[in-house]
Amino acid sequence: MALYSEKVMDHFKNPRNVGVIENADGVGEVGNAKCGDIMRIYLKIDNGIITDVKFETFGCGSAIASSSMATEMIKGKPVSEALKLSNKAVAEALDGLPAYKMHCSVLAEEAIKSAVKDYYDKNGIAYDPCELSCGETCCPHCNG
Amino acid sequence: METVKMIYADNAATTKMSRRAIEAMLPYMADNFANPSSLHSAGQRAKDALEASRETIADCIGASPKEIYFTSGGSEADNQALLSAAAIGAKKGKKHIISTAFEHHAVIHTLEKLEKQGFEVELLDVHSHGNISAEQVAAAIREDTCLVSIMYANNEIGSVLPIADIGRVCRERGVIFHTDAVQAAGHLKINVAEEKIDMLSLSAHKFHGPKGIGVLYCRRGIPLTNLIEGGAQERGKRAGTENLPAIAGMAAALSDACDNLEKNAAKVSALRDRLIVGLSKIPHSALNGDPVNRLPGNVSFCFEGIEGESLLLLLDEVGIEASSGSACTSGSLDPSHVLLAIGRPHEVAHGSLRLSLSEENTDEDVDVMLREIPRVIEYLRGMSPLWQDKLVGKKEFVL
Repeated sequence: MALYSEKVMDHFKNPRNVGVIENADGVGEVGNAKCGDIMRIYLKIDNGIITDVKFETFGCGSAIASSSMATEMIKGKPVSEALKLSNKAVAEALDGLPAYKMHCSVLAEEAIKSAVKDYYDKNGIAYDPCELSCGETCCPHCNG
Repeated sequence: METVKMIYADNAATTKMSRRAIEAMLPYMADNFANPSSLHSAGQRAKDALEASRETIADCIGASPKEIYFTSGGSEADNQALLSAAAIGAKKGKKHIISTAFEHHAVIHTLEKLEKQGFEVELLDVHSHGNISAEQVAAAIREDTCLVSIMYANNEIGSVLPIADIGRVCRERGVIFHTDAVQAAGHLKINVAEEKIDMLSLSAHKFHGPKGIGVLYCRRGIPLTNLIEGGAQERGKRAGTENLPAIAGMAAALSDACDNLEKNAAKVSALRDRLIVGLSKIPHSALNGDPVNRLPGNVSFCFEGIEGESLLLLLDEVGIEASSGSACTSGSLDPSHVLLAIGRPHEVAHGSLRLSLSEENTDEDVDVMLREIPRVIEYLRGMSPLWQDKLVGKKEFVL
């Protein structure tokens, strides 16, 4: 069996939404260089809708694929819906990730939440902090 | 689907078996299948072949045939060497062991086991150039030192250690000296007598022989501790019916490698040097390991701002098979202990690449690698937020 599913390899080799959005409405970054993965997500938001999303990722194949898939899943969606995107949904959309790579999908979920939080903060929008925390699925090693 | 011609540059992981090694194995799987312990004449012919292989291997490393013990490979040989020397030390109340911070896990993990049994293990600093000196060993030896175990050459970064000098120091001080020569055997000239090596491990599949077979050389007079109990094979020190096909294949491969050692080393090191010069041109990159005392086929680099697994996957796509010391390729959270031991910070150690060549590689292979590797690195850096931050001065470059 191959290390990754065909879908992971497709998103890794042909990542969607790579790049930067100048003057983005929200930018979120998670992970750290020591752990070997950093994910940064840029959002363009109009009337509560994510009209554009881009990412930059330093990391392994599954980190890049998770970023690509997650950005595709939230593009054109309301912010409220993007916040509901779980790491499991990202991993499932990729036809699964090896167990020790699941934290890459967690990073994608966290990066989106971090970008939305940035958007809320910049615009003085009140929010429920629980909605923006990744709860028990939080990556244990990258937040140190 | 379009098929890409693959360039195999992972010879430190394993090598392709040579025709000669395969042909040497076949008779002992087909007609001459007998057990070397059997008394009938077919068994005795098998025994003769076993002993002929032992002699060939002993000749290749300057040992006597009675000092050669066949094992399942390098890891078993390392385990048996260390546990045997520790047992000898323990009997005399000597429980201090000297090794280095960048040994193979077969040595590191055995040392950790011995630490739990009350041994004191001192790992010598390998410095930023990835090497140690005999003076460091001399300074570390104490009255209660029972073993010095230092690899002949490092598997990840290619440094070749001053084994003859270390051997001399250990012999003068009466300490058993073991060397893990898994990466060196068949690639560097080894003479256990001249280099005053007491124990040495080697593995056949690193020099175009079969997998699952190796050797522990143990100097006469040093008693071995058994890891596997059973029959009286290997002079009672390693039970189990001998894997004669693999042993014959190993002997053929090692004798081939030793006969062509200088020719192969000249060819391979020329390819290596072209790669090192070419890859050094990539900005914010650094060669790992000793630049002078280096295995002929080893090229090891760290590239800032990228992660090794994604680099390997993209290189595989364009037909280059390599390896990395990145955490993601090891299945653990930490990058290679070897890269950390030479002082590479975690973030840089994640971006490592090892190309290990053999005499089957060509100048055209090097051309392709020098074309593709910089391109793939540039692509990955282009999507790396870490790299972007460094470019705009938000974070500092390390290399």
